[in-house]
Amino acid sequence: MKKMVKQMNKPSIQEDRYAPMLSPWRVKAKITLIFFIILGILFFSSLQTGVDFQALVSGLSNMNQIFVKLFPPDPAIISTAMDSLFETIHMAVIASTFATIIVIPVSLLAARNLATNLFVYNITRFILNILRTIPDVVLAVIFVGLFGIGVFGGIVALFVFSLGILAKLISETVESIDMDPVEAMRASGANSIQAIAFGVVPQVLPQFTSFSLYVFELNIRASVVIGLVGAGGIGNLLMQQFSFYNYDAVMMIIIIIFVVVVIIEYISGKIREAII
Amino acid sequence: MALEQPPKKQLEKATKVKRILIAAALLAMYVWTFVSIDIDFGRVIERASDNFARVIPRLFSPNWDMAGEVIEMMIETIFIAYVGSLAAAILAVPLGFLAAQNISNSKIVSTFGKWVLSAVRAFPEIVLAILFVVVVGPTPFAGILAIAIGSTGMLGKLYAEVLESIDMNVVEAMKANGSNTIQIMFHGIIPQIIPEFLSYAIYRFEVDVRASTILGYVGAGGIGTMIFFAQSSRNWSDMGMILLVIIVVVTIIDYGSSYIRKRIV
Repeated sequence: MKKMVKQMNKPSIQEDRYAPMLSPWRVKAKITLIFFIILGILFFSSLQTGVDFQALVSGLSNMNQIFVKLFPPDPAIISTAMDSLFETIHMAVIASTFATIIVIPVSLLAARNLATNLFVYNITRFILNILRTIPDVVLAVIFVGLFGIGVFGGIVALFVFSLGILAKLISETVESIDMDPVEAMRASGANSIQAIAFGVVPQVLPQFTSFSLYVFELNIRASVVIGLVGAGGIGNLLMQQFSFYNYDAVMMIIIIIFVVVVIIEYISGKIREAII
Repeated sequence: MALEQPPKKQLEKATKVKRILIAAALLAMYVWTFVSIDIDFGRVIERASDNFARVIPRLFSPNWDMAGEVIEMMIETIFIAYVGSLAAAILAVPLGFLAAQNISNSKIVSTFGKWVLSAVRAFPEIVLAILFVVVVGPTPFAGILAIAIGSTGMLGKLYAEVLESIDMNVVEAMKANGSNTIQIMFHGIIPQIIPEFLSYAIYRFEVDVRASTILGYVGAGGIGTMIFFAQSSRNWSDMGMILLVIIVVVTIIDYGSSYIRKRIV
């Protein structure tokens, strides 16, 4: 009893973030140490990577030259760029659509509260975790190598890339639902499909739609990037012009990408706000 | 036993029209997409059956002779991400303060700040990397600049959101007691935001490691350079090695970063 009282009166930093620190010099020493470690790593990695502010300064003071290189943007490229831009959007639409369809069973398997088979749950989780560590461009390189240069490899890469992200987001949403309706339905004799269709789906539908739109946004950006490795779309055109040192056209393409990304993010953001 | 279903809810006319319009727009988009997309399935299948035996088995038998070189490049990649995200974590602070409406105290300034931040965010990192390769030449430094600028947009937005959610009573009380701006800053605002700011900065480092693995593809240093060479020489067992290193390192950094973030917040 006495011990308990003692424990109760003991101030705890974990419970109160504004509590006075118990040992100021120790905390200070720790923070100073961490600060110097961060600085040390910074110094070392700057040396290793050859941070050269002179290059930046001379690069910036040569702004004139760069402006001459990049500006004025070449308007002649616009019609070609528009074609490949549409290709990029098509790639994103197809990949996002298939990803949202396939993700439904996958995310159900990867949700802890619905998975009845722990083995399947862990395997699904493991594969999804691995998938998410692979950068989109590497996926594109592999699938372009497999399916040849063109749109199809890009679509498959985007599909795999968005499946990983979407499955994680949606299985987390499924894990956070209220399980009472599902249990009640189970108790009154609903089978798994019925319990999922009427107990789980209504609870996750708004988030599901919102995340699908978010992944579409991501796919638009990613399809620009994966085009660089030969997966079709506007990235392909960008890389082509870049390797021809055709910087006027590069700047025009970058401006087009910028405008499209901003517009699509704005629309998708408005829709997502309206849904949730 | 015939159970009677409850009557269906009557929809308003406006909602109905809206739904039909949305469905029509979606349908139009899909028709447009599937009509104009140009996939030659015959060629794709031919290529896939040709390449399958060449690509997949080699991908899963990584070339261990390359391990040393690949790890060296991966370390350079981590350095690029580290310097870039540290620079962004610092650069984003003033921008975040500008964009937070309760701090900048002016709707115009905060809207302007938010616009700048979202404009920066609209550029994919690799596009920024292309720009900086043009400016400073094909060095890791170009990659650092691309990462720094790209993450500033995201971090600035997150910082502004943190700032907008702080407890303003503390600040008001200090103001009423006659503190000046610097005192309010150091004793009223900073203690409230430090944990979240640090946590976001570390999270961003995690994202940047992923992002900087591909910067080398346009010459901005790091392991992307090796991806480029492995792709152009179709050396799939090298690619397997690179992929293995990326997966292992990214997983380790993810776990480390989420451990530290849990300790901080």
